[in-house]
Amino acid sequence: MATELGPTPVKEPVSGGTPIHHAPKGVGEDNAIASQGRWAAWLLAPTILALAIVIVYPIISAVIMSFQQDAGLDPATGLFTEGGPAGFSNYTNWIFQQCAAPGGGTVACPPGTLGAQFWSATGTTFFFTIVTVTLETVLGFWMAVIMARTFKGRSLVRAAVLVPWAIPTAVTAKLWLFIFAFEGIGNKLFSTTILWTGSEWPARWAVIIADVWKTTPFMALLILAGLQMIPAEVYEAAKVDGASAWQRFRMITLPLVKPALMVAILFRTLDALRMFDLPYILTGGANNTTTLSILVINQIRQGFNAAAALSTITFIIIFLVAFIFVRFLGANVVEQSGATGRGKK
Amino acid sequence: MKTPKFLLPVATAGVLALTLSACGGGGGTTSSGGGDAAQGLDGRGPITYVQGKDNSNVIRPLIEKWNAAHPNEKVTFKEQTDNADQQHDDLVQHFQAKDANYDVASVDVVWTAEFAAKGWLQPLKDKMALDTSAMLKPTVEAASYKGTLYAVPESSDGGILYYRKDLVPTAPKTWAEMMSMCSIATANNMGCYAGQFKKYEGLTVNASEAINSAGGAVLDKDGKPSLNTPEAKAGLENLTKAYAGGQIPKEGITFQEEESRQAFQDGKLLFLRNWPYVYNLATTEGSSKVKDVLGMAALPGLTGPGSSSLGGHSAAVSVYSKNKATALDFLKFLTTEETQKFFATQGSLAPVLGKLYDDKDLVAKLPYLPVLKTSIENAVPRPVTPFYPAVTKAIQENAYSAIKGEKTAETALSDMQKSIESASAGQ
Repeated sequence: MATELGPTPVKEPVSGGTPIHHAPKGVGEDNAIASQGRWAAWLLAPTILALAIVIVYPIISAVIMSFQQDAGLDPATGLFTEGGPAGFSNYTNWIFQQCAAPGGGTVACPPGTLGAQFWSATGTTFFFTIVTVTLETVLGFWMAVIMARTFKGRSLVRAAVLVPWAIPTAVTAKLWLFIFAFEGIGNKLFSTTILWTGSEWPARWAVIIADVWKTTPFMALLILAGLQMIPAEVYEAAKVDGASAWQRFRMITLPLVKPALMVAILFRTLDALRMFDLPYILTGGANNTTTLSILVINQIRQGFNAAAALSTITFIIIFLVAFIFVRFLGANVVEQSGATGRGKK
Repeated sequence: MKTPKFLLPVATAGVLALTLSACGGGGGTTSSGGGDAAQGLDGRGPITYVQGKDNSNVIRPLIEKWNAAHPNEKVTFKEQTDNADQQHDDLVQHFQAKDANYDVASVDVVWTAEFAAKGWLQPLKDKMALDTSAMLKPTVEAASYKGTLYAVPESSDGGILYYRKDLVPTAPKTWAEMMSMCSIATANNMGCYAGQFKKYEGLTVNASEAINSAGGAVLDKDGKPSLNTPEAKAGLENLTKAYAGGQIPKEGITFQEEESRQAFQDGKLLFLRNWPYVYNLATTEGSSKVKDVLGMAALPGLTGPGSSSLGGHSAAVSVYSKNKATALDFLKFLTTEETQKFFATQGSLAPVLGKLYDDKDLVAKLPYLPVLKTSIENAVPRPVTPFYPAVTKAIQENAYSAIKGEKTAETALSDMQKSIESASAGQ
């Protein structure tokens, strides 16, 4: 991570709209470009093949599975039999919270089935995402601004901040489980008797606190990288013009760090929408902390095909969120390094 | 102009796709194992035994012993993780792939019906039959599905009521008696009773025990849910009333096995429902405050001993195995008196052979055996159903709400009933 510290040289945007290629240009440029393209294709081929195997294939097979019925029990033999094609019923069952009825057909899912939890899990997932990402952005920004300053022991702080992020999430969850235990240090320290994992709002806050603790450093470092891109001269110029600290923050820091910030928020949002380990270990999904991912995992044990439908729904939800980010909020994953490049013509 | 714009959606899709592929794993569905079950019955040769992590080094010495005696039919040990869910998923994947190398597998009692209904387990009848008459009956029931034995009980487990000998003169035999002793707990400024009431598998164990001990049943003889009964209601209400009344301390709903053991060892509980493993720790750990005052009894029931939920593992032969004759011999080897004794002494695993519970040497080493025998003899297997994952979720979800007082025991039971009916109806 952040190894090269200190003021980073600003990339001067190439004027005149020349493509940003690092290859030398010269005689026979067209030829070179053509052969370069072929080369590129060959060099990319292994990666694309690997992606096809590990990403495209599972997605397609999951989608195909989601249109199959789960195996049903043959009452005569007591053995499971293939379900056959299901059409969209796996999807509609989730969305309208319909479950199989004993006599055939469907009924509204009774409490205690996974089907009855779809909308509450969706709500919980978004609740966690919005709250944690907001908190992490604010705290991460604050940490980044501090870390961007020059002070003694700065590298140590930067390294130390990474520790929570470096701990595997499952371990983090276990640590916080001990802290939030009834006899745990959390209650001892503040002389409280809160059932952290046993009642609704404390359980939610337990998950949020653990998640914020873990991922704020990630936010902070991405934002810090963005801050480093802002040349010191801009601030000097603003100071000379008499801009106050608040004005410098609002008119220079914020707009210039925005591309990096948006990417950081996008990554965190996508990550938070898939949240699984923390609530699974901390609460087991009790007290309204069941996220969509937990629901998928629980459903896998009860029937693959309905689980495939649910993971496809989750995928579509996350995809839509990412699309909105990229399309309307200007999060630009690919060009994030050219932070100062945009807007200048 | 800039870097190719088309890369952007591709990259975004890539990032997102990872989310899906992480979830969409596993695939394929069932196929009936009709043909496979008839194959390899006389096959002899090397086999593999699959089991979760061998924490107390029980299986390796046994396999060495077997291998020394059977040089041409060696057993290889495939060790899984120590997480039950992961063991389950690993077995499912290998059975689905019809892996002939998973010859004999150690199966948790609650998975037997599911695996049997998927057609993955060799029915232990005709050529594959073996004698189970010396085994405790509930363990055999838990290894059977629709009247056919699909696995042989390997180790067992049952709940025990631990109590404070110094404060309670005689152990309570019934739930009502135990509740009446709670005044002792109040006088000593401690909690009265706890089991495992966090929303996880342990809650299924505890809630089923409450229902069974009061004369109810989660499933009837035909595997249909039977929860809308006065007995089941009385059973669940024992828990809900005790929680509302403070006999179960409020932190009880965050307890798993370890938290409840810790509370008991710290002197914060008068009665504790837990597994036999607590005995060793509570009597030897330095910090334990109950070392010399640890009493053990069968779980309290309606008029006599209650019905414990049954734990433990069974050994099953895969239908895809090529050497089933060897596999059967190995199953018999796992259940000999000698092996079972070794399980008990080396690994503190409860034997499945009834007579070992009266073995003097063994009882001297493991003083909880007589109590455990009563517990297992009265035990009821957790619902034996191929839909166990859905059934256990239905029980947990609703029992948890009922204990917390969010719904009445009656509503919780009727919701459980409907959920289980819906799960068993298939899609």
